[in-house]
Amino acid sequence: MEAGSLAIEMRAITKRFPGVLANDAVDFDLRPGEIHALLGENGAGKSTLMNVLTGLYRPDQGGIWVQGQAVAFNSPRDAINRGIGMVHQHFMLVPTQTVTENVLLGLDKPAFFIDLPQCDKVIADLARQYGLEVDPRAKIWQLSVGEQQRVEILKMLYRGVQVLIMDEPTAVLAPQEILQLFDTLRSMVAGGKSVIFISHKLDEVMRIADRVTVLRKGCVTAAGLTAAETNKEKLARLMVGREVLFRLEKNEQPAGSPVLEIENLAATNDRGLPALRGVSLHVCRGEIVGLAGIAGNGQAELAEVVTGIRPATGGCVRIHGEAMVGEGSRGGEERRVRQVIDAGVSYVPADRAAVGTAPNLSVTDNLILKAYRKPPISRGWSIDRTAAHDRAEELRTEYDIMVPTVETSARLLSGGNLQRVILAREISARPKLMVAMQPTRGLDVGAIEGVQRLLLEQRQAGAAVLLVSEELEELMSLSDRIYVIHRGEIMGEVREAEAAQLGMMMTGTRLAEIEAGGRPVR
Amino acid sequence: MTTAGTRPASRHKGLPFSIRLEPRLDQPKWLGPAVSAGAVLFAFGLGAIVLLLVGGNPLRAYGYMIRASFGSLGVLSDTITKATPLILVGLACAVAFRMKLWNIGAEGQFFAGAFAASAVVLTPLLPAETSPWLMIPAMALAGILGGAVWGFVPGLLKARLNVNEVISTLMMNYIAVAWNNFFIFAVWTEGGFQMSHMFPRTAWLPKLADFADRLPELRGLTTHLGLVFGLVAAVIVWWVLYRSKWGFEIRLIGDNPRAARYAGLNIVRNTVLVMMLSGGLAGLAGMSEIAGVVHRLQGAISPGYGFTGIIIAWLAKLNPLVVVPVSVLFGALILAGREIQPSGISKTIQGIVLVSLIASDLLMRYRIRIVRRGAEA
Amino acid sequence: MDPIVILQAGVASGTVLLFATIGEILCERSGVLNLGVEGMMLIGAMSAFSIALATGNPWLGVIAAILAGGLLSQVHAVIAIQFQADQVVSGLALTFLGVGLSLVFGEGLSKAGAVALLPAFSIPVLSLIPVLGPIFFTNQCVLVYVGYFSVPIVWYFINRTRPGLHLRAIGEFPAAADALGINVARLRHFYVFVGGMLAGLAGATISLAVSPGWFSEMTTSGQGWIAIGLVIFAQWDPLRAAFGSYAFGALRRLILDIQGPAQLLGVRNPFFYNPYWGFFLQMLPYAFTIVVLVLGSRGAVGKRLGAPAALGTPYVRGQRGI
Repeated sequence: MEAGSLAIEMRAITKRFPGVLANDAVDFDLRPGEIHALLGENGAGKSTLMNVLTGLYRPDQGGIWVQGQAVAFNSPRDAINRGIGMVHQHFMLVPTQTVTENVLLGLDKPAFFIDLPQCDKVIADLARQYGLEVDPRAKIWQLSVGEQQRVEILKMLYRGVQVLIMDEPTAVLAPQEILQLFDTLRSMVAGGKSVIFISHKLDEVMRIADRVTVLRKGCVTAAGLTAAETNKEKLARLMVGREVLFRLEKNEQPAGSPVLEIENLAATNDRGLPALRGVSLHVCRGEIVGLAGIAGNGQAELAEVVTGIRPATGGCVRIHGEAMVGEGSRGGEERRVRQVIDAGVSYVPADRAAVGTAPNLSVTDNLILKAYRKPPISRGWSIDRTAAHDRAEELRTEYDIMVPTVETSARLLSGGNLQRVILAREISARPKLMVAMQPTRGLDVGAIEGVQRLLLEQRQAGAAVLLVSEELEELMSLSDRIYVIHRGEIMGEVREAEAAQLGMMMTGTRLAEIEAGGRPVR
Repeated sequence: MTTAGTRPASRHKGLPFSIRLEPRLDQPKWLGPAVSAGAVLFAFGLGAIVLLLVGGNPLRAYGYMIRASFGSLGVLSDTITKATPLILVGLACAVAFRMKLWNIGAEGQFFAGAFAASAVVLTPLLPAETSPWLMIPAMALAGILGGAVWGFVPGLLKARLNVNEVISTLMMNYIAVAWNNFFIFAVWTEGGFQMSHMFPRTAWLPKLADFADRLPELRGLTTHLGLVFGLVAAVIVWWVLYRSKWGFEIRLIGDNPRAARYAGLNIVRNTVLVMMLSGGLAGLAGMSEIAGVVHRLQGAISPGYGFTGIIIAWLAKLNPLVVVPVSVLFGALILAGREIQPSGISKTIQGIVLVSLIASDLLMRYRIRIVRRGAEA
Repeated sequence: MDPIVILQAGVASGTVLLFATIGEILCERSGVLNLGVEGMMLIGAMSAFSIALATGNPWLGVIAAILAGGLLSQVHAVIAIQFQADQVVSGLALTFLGVGLSLVFGEGLSKAGAVALLPAFSIPVLSLIPVLGPIFFTNQCVLVYVGYFSVPIVWYFINRTRPGLHLRAIGEFPAAADALGINVARLRHFYVFVGGMLAGLAGATISLAVSPGWFSEMTTSGQGWIAIGLVIFAQWDPLRAAFGSYAFGALRRLILDIQGPAQLLGVRNPFFYNPYWGFFLQMLPYAFTIVVLVLGSRGAVGKRLGAPAALGTPYVRGQRGI
C-alpha cells in the first residue's frame, strides 16, 4: 500500500489520561472516497482517537499522516487547515447567534467588519449545493436538532474540509432523518470527500460503512473490515469481547391496577413555550411502559411534571388515584416534590451529574439524598451519621459501586458508578412507580445490561416503570407497551412495536393515520 | 474519572522537561491545612516585598507585629478582644458561603446589629436601671434581629428575583453606615460629638478586668463576654452544618441547587433563612463590639471586620471550628497593623492572603507533574 | 441649583461610571466576572494623581492609570482563567488588593499640592444647541468627549465585527469557539485587561477631572460596585450602559447640590435646615443601585436575554458531562 493512496494514516497512537489508558498503540487508516466506521462501546476510545486527529488532544506517542505527509496538530485550527473537520455529537453551536455567525466563527475572513447580508447569501448557496436546507438568519436555538446538525456540517464544508468525521450523528435523529443523513454522506463521498463515522450502533454501521474498525478498551480488535467480511454478531463480539445476548429474559405477566394516571397534561418549558399539549397515558403495577421520541419533544418536561419538579399548566397527574399535580393538588414546588417522593415515586434523571447527584458531597450523602428526612437516618433535628454510613456500605455491596470508601466525593466516580449510586438510592426506596430517563445513556455494555436487569426486577416485584429512552431497541425489548411522543402530544400507543411504525410516529404521524392510511409497514 | 482533560503542555520550549497539571484522584486530609498555611506564608512574604518597596523593614515590622499581639498577657487579651467580633463575622460568612450565597454585607449587618442593640439602651427601650441579666440578653437579641433584618432584604431579593447578592449586600453596607451616622450625629449625639452617650453600666459586657479585685492578674485585660458568644456560636454553627438535617440541606443546595430541587428542597426559603442567620451572626458581632469595647454607638466601630470575615471564612475552608483560631490570627494582624506604617499594608496583606488562597485552591484539585521531554511525540 | 448645571456636572460624573461599566461589559461578555472594579478604579485614581503630581503632566497620569488598572486585572485573569478558581472570591480579593495597594502607595498623597488637570473645553457649534448644548458640549473635560465616542464604537465592535463575534462566542459557548481554533484563554485575558484599563481610566477621570485629588478610599466611595450593578441593568449592552451611567451621574450631583440653597422650588429646603438629613441623601445612589438591579433581573427573565451563558464558568477543554 503506497503512502500516497491513503487520505489519513494514524500509527501507534497512544493517549493517556490520569487513571486510564484511552488509546493503546492504535492504528487507523482512511482511504479517499470511503465511509469508514469506527465502532466501539462507550469508553472504548473512539472519541479520544478522533479528538487526537482533529487536534484537540496531542498524542503521547504515535504519528499522523495526511495524504502521505506527516503532520502534528497543535489545535483544531491546524487540523481544519489540513482539511480535517469534526461534527461533534454534542453540537458546538452558540445558541444566541445566527447560522451565518456560527459558520463564520473562528475564521480569519472577513477581516474586521462583517457584512451580514452578503455572508447570509453565500451560506445559503452553499447549503443549497449540498442539499442541506437551512435559513442562515435563524438563531440556533430556534432550529430543530436535525437542522442544527446541518449547520455543523455546513461549518465544515465552508472551510473546505476533505475528511469529515461524524461523531454519533444519529443519536438525535428520527429514522427518516437518518436516511437523509446517509444520502447526504453518500453524495459527499461521491464528490471526493471521505467520511469517518463513529458509532456504537451495529445496524447503522452495517448499512452505511464501506469498512469498519473496532476498538475495545483502547485497543484495535479489528481493522478495516469490509461488510462482506463480517456480520452483526461478529462485530458485537469484537466490541465487547464475549457473546452478547440481544434479547433479555422477559416473561409475560399481567399488569395490575394503574399506579400512574396522566390526563390531558399541559406544561411549558424553560423558555415559556408549550412543551406538553394534552398528554394522557397510564402505567400499571408490574409493567414497563416505554416512552419513545426524539430528544426535545417533551419527554424531559413530562418526567419533571410527574415528579413534581415542574408545575403543570393544565390537566392532572394522579398517583394511586390521588392528584399530585394539576387540578386537585395543592402546594408549591417543594411540597409537590416531597409529596411525590412520599407517594413512593423514584426518579432516575437523565443528567446524572447535573441533577441526580451533588458532586462535592460524599457518596454516603448522595445515597441519603432523599432518605435523610426519615428514621433511621434522621433522628429529630439531626442526622445519625453512623446509620447513614452503615446504609451506604450496605448499598455499596448490594449494587456493586466501585469506590475506595463511601466518604469519597461523588465527582470522582465514573459514569457507570454514578448511575449505580443513583439506582441504589432510588431502588432501595422500594418505589411503587419508577420514572427512568435515559438510564443507559453513555454506559458500556456491561453496565447497560445491569441497568436493564434492575428495571426488569422492579417490574417483577410489582413496581410500575415509566421508561423514557432514545434507544428504540432498548424500548422494544424492555417495554410491555410503548407510547410515542412528538411535540408534546402522544401520537399513539402500541403493544407489539415495530421500528418503522415507531419511527413514523416519532416524526409526527399519528397511529390512527398510519392504520387508516393502510400503508404497508416495512 | 469521567472528566478527563489534561491541560496543554507547557509552552516553555527549550526546557528539557514540561510542567503538566493533572486532575487529582483523591484529596489527602493534610492537603487543606497545608495549602492554607502555605498561602498565609506566601502572603507575608509578598507583604514583606511591598514593605521593602516603600522603604520599610519587614523583619522589624513583623517582629514588632508579633510582639504587639502576642508578647504579653495584656496584648494577648487585646488580640482576643479584636478576634471576638471576627469569629462571629467569620461564622456569618462561612454559613452563607456554604450555600454559595456571597454575603459581602457582613459589614452592614454588623452596623445594623450595633444600631439595634444601641436602640435598646438609647431610646431607651429598657431603662438604665434594668438588671444586666435582662439588659444584656435583650441587647444581644436586638443585635441578632437587626443583623437578620439586614440580611433578610438581600436574601429575599435574591431568592425571589434573582438579584445578585454580591452587589445588593454591598449596597446595604453603605446604607447601614449612613443610617447609623444619622442617628449618631442627629439623634443620640452627646454634646455635638460624633458619638452617642455612653451606655449605662448595666449595658456593658463584663470583661476579665472586672474581676481584677479577686484575681490581680486580670487587671487591665479587655477580653469580654463577647468571646463566649463567639465560641458558643462556633459550636452551634458546626453542629447545624454537619450534624443537623438543615445543615445537610444547606450543603446540598450550595453544592448543586438542581439536585436539591430534585430532592424536594425549598431553595427560596432556605436562601432567606441562611441570609438571616448570616446577618444575625454579624449583627451579634456588632452588638458585642459596642457593648464590650466602646460602650457607645459611634461611627468608627469596624475597621472592615465584615470584609476580613470573608477572608477568615475562606482561609478556614468554611469550617466553623477552624474559624476561631484563624480569627485570632487576623485579630493579631489588625491589632498590630494599626501601628504599622503605611496604614494600608494590613489590608494589602489580607488581599494577598485571599489571592494566594484562591490560587492555591488549584493545588487541591490538580497535582503538578514534571514530564521529561522526549517521552512525548 | 440650576438644572442645567446639575446635568452638566452629572454628565461628567457619569463618564466615570461609563468607562468602568463598559470595561466590565467587555470583560463579562468574554465570560469572566471581575468584581475587582473598585480596586482597579482606586489604583487608577491613585496612579493618575501621583504621576500627574510628580511629572506635572496629567496625560502621563492617565496613561499610568490605564496601565495600573490593566496590570492589576491580570492577577484576577490568571486566577480565573489559568487557575480556574472561583471568580467571585477572586474578584473580591482583587478589590482588597487594589484598595490596599492604593492606600500603601498613596500614603501622604492627599497632603500634596494641586495638580495639573486635564484640559476642558467646549465644542464650537454643538454647544449652541439649546438645552443639550450646555449640558453635553460646554466646558467638559476631554475625557467626557472620549466617553461619548466610546459608546457607539464599543457597540459596533461587539455586534458588527469579526473580533466582536468571537468575543460573544467565547462568553456564550467557549467550547464551540475552541473547537474552531479560537484561543479562548488568550482572548479572555485580553478582555479582562481591557476591562482593567477602562476601570483605571475611570479612576483617572475622578482624580484628574471630576473630583480632583486623592481622598483614600473616599475617592471612589463605591462607584466601582455601582458600575457592576449597572452592567446588569444595561443587560450587557453599551447603549443602555450609557443611559444608566449618565443618570447615576446626575443623581450624585443632585444629591450634592440639593443641600445648598435655603429655598428649594420656592419652599423651605428641608436639607438646608436639617443638614443631618443629608445622610439619607447619601443612601440614595446605593438604594437606587439595588432598584436598578431588580429592574435588570426582571427584564432578563421576560425575554430570552440575560448574562452571557458562560459567565463566571472557567473553560476547560475536554470537559464532558455524562
